[in-house]
Amino acid sequence: MSDVMRPAVDERAEIPEPAPSGPAGAHRVRSRVSRYGPPVLLILGGIGLWELIVRLAHVPEYLFPAPSEIAADMKTDWPVLEPALLVTLREIVLGFAIAAAAGVGLAVLLHLFPVVRRAVYPLLIGSQTVPIIVLAPILVILLGYGILPKLVIVALICFFPIVVNGIDGLRSVDGELITMMRTLDASRWAILRRVEFPAALPSIFSGMRIAATFASIGAVFGEWSGSNQGLGYVMLAATPNLLTTRIFAAIVCLTAIALVLFGAVSLLERIFVPWAPRGYR
Amino acid sequence: MAGAADALAIEAHGVTKSFGRVAALAGVGLSVARHSRVAIVGPSGGGKTTILRIVAGLLDPDAGLVRVAEATSAPQRLARCALMPQRDLLLPWRTALDNAAIALENQGLSRAEARDRTRPLFERFGLASFEKARPGELSGGMRQRVSFLRTLMADKDVLLLDEPFGALDSITRAQMQEWLLKAMDAVPRTVLLVTHDVEEALLLSRRVVVLSQRPGRVVAVLDADHRGGRSRREVVTSPEFVTLKEQALEALGS
Repeated sequence: MSDVMRPAVDERAEIPEPAPSGPAGAHRVRSRVSRYGPPVLLILGGIGLWELIVRLAHVPEYLFPAPSEIAADMKTDWPVLEPALLVTLREIVLGFAIAAAAGVGLAVLLHLFPVVRRAVYPLLIGSQTVPIIVLAPILVILLGYGILPKLVIVALICFFPIVVNGIDGLRSVDGELITMMRTLDASRWAILRRVEFPAALPSIFSGMRIAATFASIGAVFGEWSGSNQGLGYVMLAATPNLLTTRIFAAIVCLTAIALVLFGAVSLLERIFVPWAPRGYR
Repeated sequence: MAGAADALAIEAHGVTKSFGRVAALAGVGLSVARHSRVAIVGPSGGGKTTILRIVAGLLDPDAGLVRVAEATSAPQRLARCALMPQRDLLLPWRTALDNAAIALENQGLSRAEARDRTRPLFERFGLASFEKARPGELSGGMRQRVSFLRTLMADKDVLLLDEPFGALDSITRAQMQEWLLKAMDAVPRTVLLVTHDVEEALLLSRRVVVLSQRPGRVVAVLDADHRGGRSRREVVTSPEFVTLKEQALEALGS
């Protein structure tokens, strides 16, 4: 009987074949160029223009350094920048991780208990009207000069987009999928684990990508409010000495951290959400 | 215990249901013998899906009685029925095999055990070598097969099929009807299916219940036990089939 049950025709939808080398390889290179080309050109053009204006107008370095001067400073100041970079990186990554864990956890909790959600959600939104960075000095007074107040500020900043996107993702699941699961003996937990949570993952990752770009703000404000190390501290110490180039170099380092974090989140999304539609990254 | 009622897998009397001011069902009665196949045919929006959802225990009727085996309450009915939805509703984050095995996982089996039990049926139902395919890589017909298999794997005595092939083109649909008949012959279950296609209803079941326009009532019951090992084309073009089809269409008022 197994033979009669086979489909008469191969109904499998066409699957793109792996690109062979040769002309198709060249095609891939071309598509890479058309994807990354425009932003790279824009950035290079911007840097070139900056360099040109600073040089033609003879702007003094302590007022506004040229990109070449910043690059040279990064080399000479690296012994100062490197340890600061590591300190700030640690604050950002740990703070972000705390926010991700707490944010996803709270989103699931609020989703499972609608009464709690109705009670907590307005507070959650309301809490965002407090500019979190102004809490930094208070946290330093409370928690001291160590890493703790920085972690709290980074986590507070990253927390909100993750929670809100998580709740929205969990709530936007197709109701028919849940009905289908109910007719297949699924418990509340099974529905959460096998349907709602996977369905919410793209949304959760969106929240994390937004959070990844905010994280460095929290770390710098934390350091500005009280610290003796980190990139924020380097900037603060450089200001009265008019070491403008070093401030710029620290900004470059901060941007690099944010980009790496953003990239890491995107990579994790590719690994954990391989079914999601591509095209926005 | 061997009373006549025990042989009935599904029984409904005077089932009435409204949604707000819209009356969906007006006193529907139904009886489906154990391991038989009954189709409900009716116009679109005539409350067919509502009947299935009531039998499945997803809804309760406003009035009337529904019984699935000995179960009368909605949660008990839900435990005895498996519903194949109109859309395949496969989960994109699961492979075809894991989609079909999901009911077993819900029932507490480990993923490995669930897979092991589902795999033999994949071969038997023409899905061999598609175990690891993602739903997005499957054609519409293949997706419906996985969806049917998922319903079957729940191991319920009663299968409720809601327009199982409504979204397919007519050629795939004909192939899938043949496939479903063989699948249903291979695993004896009580099957109640709804469709708006008279031919499909007559082909797939031994009894056809014709439903009226909304609010739905039963306007005719036709016995359609006419297959006897003939091919789909032979059946569809046979005089008895054409007569039955005319009767059904007349009952539908078209």
